[in-house]
Amino acid sequence: MIQREVSIKNRAGLHTRPAAALVKLAATFKSEFFIEKDGIEINGKSIIGVMTLAAEQGSMLILRFDGDDEEEACNAIAELIERGFDEK
Amino acid sequence: MTENKVKAEQPQSPETVLKGIPASPGIAIGPAFPFVKHAPIIDERSILPEEREREISRLEQAIARSHKELRKILEFAEQKLGEDKVKIFEAQLMFLEDTVLFDAIYGRIRSELKNAEFVVHGEIEKYHRIMLAAKDEYTHERAHDVEDVRNRILRNLLEQRAISRLAGSAIVVSQNLTAGDTVILSRNEVLGYATDIGGITSHTALLSRALKIPAVVGLKTISHMVQDGIPMVLDGYSGTVVLHPSEETIKKYVAKRERYQEFEARLAPLRDLPAETLDHRRVELSANAEFEQELDFIKIQGADGIGLYRSEYLIVGKEVFPSEEEQFSRYKLLAEAMYPKRVIIRTFDIGGDKLMAESAEEKNPFLGWRGIRVMLDRPNIFMEQLRAILRASTRKNIAVMFPMVSNLKEVRQAKKLLDEAKHQLRKEGLPYDARMKIGVMIEVPSAAVVAEDLAEEVDFLSIGTNDLIQYLLAVDRGNDVVSSLYQEFNPAVVRFLRRIIERGKKKNIWVGMCGEMAGDPMATILLLGLGLDEFSVVPKMLPEIKKIIRSVRYSEAQRIAKKVLKMKTEDEIKQFLRATMKKKFPDIPVN
Repeated sequence: MIQREVSIKNRAGLHTRPAAALVKLAATFKSEFFIEKDGIEINGKSIIGVMTLAAEQGSMLILRFDGDDEEEACNAIAELIERGFDEK
Repeated sequence: MTENKVKAEQPQSPETVLKGIPASPGIAIGPAFPFVKHAPIIDERSILPEEREREISRLEQAIARSHKELRKILEFAEQKLGEDKVKIFEAQLMFLEDTVLFDAIYGRIRSELKNAEFVVHGEIEKYHRIMLAAKDEYTHERAHDVEDVRNRILRNLLEQRAISRLAGSAIVVSQNLTAGDTVILSRNEVLGYATDIGGITSHTALLSRALKIPAVVGLKTISHMVQDGIPMVLDGYSGTVVLHPSEETIKKYVAKRERYQEFEARLAPLRDLPAETLDHRRVELSANAEFEQELDFIKIQGADGIGLYRSEYLIVGKEVFPSEEEQFSRYKLLAEAMYPKRVIIRTFDIGGDKLMAESAEEKNPFLGWRGIRVMLDRPNIFMEQLRAILRASTRKNIAVMFPMVSNLKEVRQAKKLLDEAKHQLRKEGLPYDARMKIGVMIEVPSAAVVAEDLAEEVDFLSIGTNDLIQYLLAVDRGNDVVSSLYQEFNPAVVRFLRRIIERGKKKNIWVGMCGEMAGDPMATILLLGLGLDEFSVVPKMLPEIKKIIRSVRYSEAQRIAKKVLKMKTEDEIKQFLRATMKKKFPDIPVN
């Protein structure tokens, strides 16, 4: 199991489109993926879960991965978030 | 004619007037169609182990049917609405495709041996509850989407059909309408929507505006008051609904409808075009607003925003100042209604006489205790207003502006109080836009003289010509003896304006105007040429002013302004501008 802390960079936060992009990317990996924010932990492969986090710009998230490809999954997803989902 | 049909029915029922929130402009006259939807009743049942797979397949079918319904709504919405409105349904479809969520639900049905309805309700409710508790509105709205999706699945599980047909044309009256209801019902001849609940940003409001169907929401009890087919009038401009309207009332609304249609037809070709000159200088063209008229601006989409919201209208006729909460809700409504366009809220611009208990007779109130002077002397009142404005600024489309500033110290004091308000909110954990823009009104000559110093402290200047001209020319326009000396085109005024605009620009901030002069067609080219960045005008002048701006070159306007700046009398300037207007815009009336 590995974990990494990231912060939400894009202005609008984790709204529908970024959340969908995140879930879609997560689905390409076998590892289990959980996100924790302010004590709430949800399954990172669930769109309803990700939206529940209400993560605004500046929010800190803890990403947890567990599985064979956890390293790749962690890097890819952390990078997507750090890039601000390629939004402005 | 629906009007005739209406008149024939129940002539003796008393007319009832209801007030709600105007959500989508337009006037509807016709019979009521009560749209009744029962919340699904969920019972908890145990199932036998051998019934498991049947329960699972029942749920799968309900999900498939919900998916089909939503796709149908989405397709219909794509044809009739813009892309941004379709997003509501896309989000709902995504929830429906959440395999993690449904695997959990299937898993619980199998392990707990409970009926699908019970598990679906319970599992989705977990997320729904967290979303509802979230502080940001975006997540709140998504909570409603989650609820919609859940109810759709439940309805399909219970094999209840969605009502989506109505006979003939009618005004749909309901306790509440979901996004899906609003869209799917509009395939019928819906004249209008009236609902008990909902605000200006509810799905009913957003979608009925996009569908161009008049709507009034927040009517509280209307769904209990109408029977099928009773005659009604719905005014989506003012938020009024009349049940059993009299003949006279119907006549009044038919006339109002015609008046507005004519106005909108005139504006329509310009509505979505920017206020931009032929050589592509884009200026901002906004509207001045008081509260009661504010929602009219939604329909006047030709405005880039609200350039002056006169917050003191919240006090008119009141004994006490509105509380922070009341102000917050009004400002919020305004910000939501105009989003993403900007709303500039001017802090209370009142004379000392408005503060009843402390009213001191002032011999010369115009030179007395007014505007920012009152507010700085009454920091508690000011603080409540600043807090309310900040709290309403979370969508980042609010700016604040201080009236009657006459020196730099006042600006610094006001900013200090604003910082204090921010500090308080931060400590209380309440969200606000940390980068909310601050502006100063230039309406006192001394402020104009030191405009460059004020410009260093703020993000914009807005010229209030009505007071500025009175103070500059020492003329009370309400005094008949001297009112003819009140001259917008006095050379001193024109040169003064140039000075203010130049000083602001030198400090790299924008300069606007919210006085009457901004809405005077004869002044438009001149102001444009002087370099004004923003015009905030009375709504009815929006089409004319926009038409003028779009018909000239900035370079030409600059040449005209240069010429005017050299003229020595008002008559000369007026004559020249009148001739220019006549030549270029023979159809626009000027004085």
